Amino acid sequence: MRFSKLLAVGIALLASRAALAQTPSYKGVGRTPTQEEIQTMDISAGPDGKGLPAGQGTAKEGAPLFAAKCAVCHGANAEGAKIGPRLTGGQAEIDSLKTLQPVRTVGGYWPYATSVWDYINRAMPRNQAGTLSPSEVYALTAFILAKSNIIKEDDVMDAKTLPKVQMPNRNGFVPPRYQDVVDEHKRGCKQGVCP
Amino acid sequence: MNPKQSDRRNFLKNGAALAGLAVGAATTALPAAAETAPDIDELHKYGERSPLVKSVRIGSINNPERHLKDEPVAFGLKSPLQDQVGMITPSSLHFIVSHGYEPPDLDPREHRFLIHGMVDRPLIFTVDDLKRLPSVSRFHFIECHGNSSPGGPGGPERKAVIATAQDTHGFTSCSLWTGVPLSLLLKEAGVQKGATWILAEGADASKHSKSIPIGKALDDAIVAYGMNGEPIRPEQGFPLRLVTPGWQGINNVKWLRRIEVVDEPYMAMMETSRYPSVKLDGKSRWFEFELGPKSVITRPSGGQRLAARGYYEISGLAWSGGGAIRRVEVSADGGRTWKDAQLHDPVAKKAHTRFSAPWTWDGEEAVLQSRCTDDQGTVQPTVAEVAKLWGADVDYLKKTSAIVGDFNAIQPWKVNRDGSVQNALF
Repeated sequence: MRFSKLLAVGIALLASRAALAQTPSYKGVGRTPTQEEIQTMDISAGPDGKGLPAGQGTAKEGAPLFAAKCAVCHGANAEGAKIGPRLTGGQAEIDSLKTLQPVRTVGGYWPYATSVWDYINRAMPRNQAGTLSPSEVYALTAFILAKSNIIKEDDVMDAKTLPKVQMPNRNGFVPPRYQDVVDEHKRGCKQGVCP
Repeated sequence: MNPKQSDRRNFLKNGAALAGLAVGAATTALPAAAETAPDIDELHKYGERSPLVKSVRIGSINNPERHLKDEPVAFGLKSPLQDQVGMITPSSLHFIVSHGYEPPDLDPREHRFLIHGMVDRPLIFTVDDLKRLPSVSRFHFIECHGNSSPGGPGGPERKAVIATAQDTHGFTSCSLWTGVPLSLLLKEAGVQKGATWILAEGADASKHSKSIPIGKALDDAIVAYGMNGEPIRPEQGFPLRLVTPGWQGINNVKWLRRIEVVDEPYMAMMETSRYPSVKLDGKSRWFEFELGPKSVITRPSGGQRLAARGYYEISGLAWSGGGAIRRVEVSADGGRTWKDAQLHDPVAKKAHTRFSAPWTWDGEEAVLQSRCTDDQGTVQPTVAEVAKLWGADVDYLKKTSAIVGDFNAIQPWKVNRDGSVQNALF
């Protein structure tokens, strides 16, 4: 008992010394944010689903929402209009990438479905960002994916299913794995060598 | 002339008349005029350039059909390189690329900057907090990866025979950036093992976000609050901007509000949909960062006219994302012979460097061009070499409608017998 107590004190001492070594050098500058502050500001969602909140939606649920909030810029079927770009796409757009007129759309170019959720959530509708609930963002994401025939109308999109959606152009990027972006100093093209 | 200027000039005229009157009739009160005239001291509090100097940014991704102020049209405003001297870009002429939004109206007293994610101690700062920390001031250029691309929305203007240096190379600018090294802030927060990337996010309407390898964040990135001796201009990120020296403009996140330390790129909209370079085989190269060596002669350059035969100083700018400019060579005979140009101080890392070379025009046709070498030994390529690097021919570069990212080919200007100077890229 006494020994374990001593051990505990020893560990605490060691720990505090370690903590001391990592003590910030600029005392009193900035402060620790509250959990609430972090949660309010942290809006990002990663490709493996990190950061995606609870909630769910289908393309069917997204259809009336899209008509009400998005169609005015992007067209009734996300085909694009004067103000907003086309969102749908597939093999034809992927084929266009080899031509002098490459077309990049959400359905035909974007490699990750989570990016669709993330972008709608952070930026859309224009000048009303932040007004959509997580489920509404899932439903709108599902609508765009279904209009591009990537998922079905009834497929439920949520934090688990969305990262698993395979986007058609997922393999259209080099290096194929971002983990291979090892040398961040490499240029687009150096003399004689393209990475 | 804008209404403000016109008011000011009228006032100056009236003010002078008023002063003359007052001398002759010191006791005669002019209450009505005194009430409406602005305080003369106000006029001198913030300087303006001469009204005779007209150099301005011009738009190249303009949508002529844009008619609503609120329409989400992306726009790019190019800096008038041909009118600038030295290596600093005036803040009011720094290029702008906007992805469809006006700058947000941020109050530095309200603005917060958060560092969180894979750190031992998440931290939140006010702008004043950051000003208490050790600061650095460094010259750095910021350049859009699409600058001088023959393809893309600005392609026609860039390729035109009548193109100016502004049309061809106006999406680069150089400033003295002041702020706190990001490495210092990350050290304060304590980066955890396994962290490999950061996600930087702005406070604009679209909350632009960009994934950046942590190596850069711990190297020379700056959380800047100052630009050329004053707070950063609103259109350049007021009150905070992440400066990533030598890297494509998109990484230099304006209106910086948050950095999350993470273990993978977050596949944000711009880095997956707009900024990868589409190659001829249909594959897109993504996560390109560092800009190669590039230079352009700004005088004489496209659209200018040599008044007479005789002596001229050839002057231009060179820069590289790889480091400092070590050498600039100039040719006046279409690349047959080259001679070293003089580099003007300061020659800073990842900054515009001014160069010059003497030249006497004999009245005959001439082709002027410059090529630079950075301190890694990388030499600026020719158009043919760039095409080869893309696995394409020069014809592809001429015809593609896609942005040719990081296009850093040598820029030739042709001087005609009548003294006119024109773009001779193709």
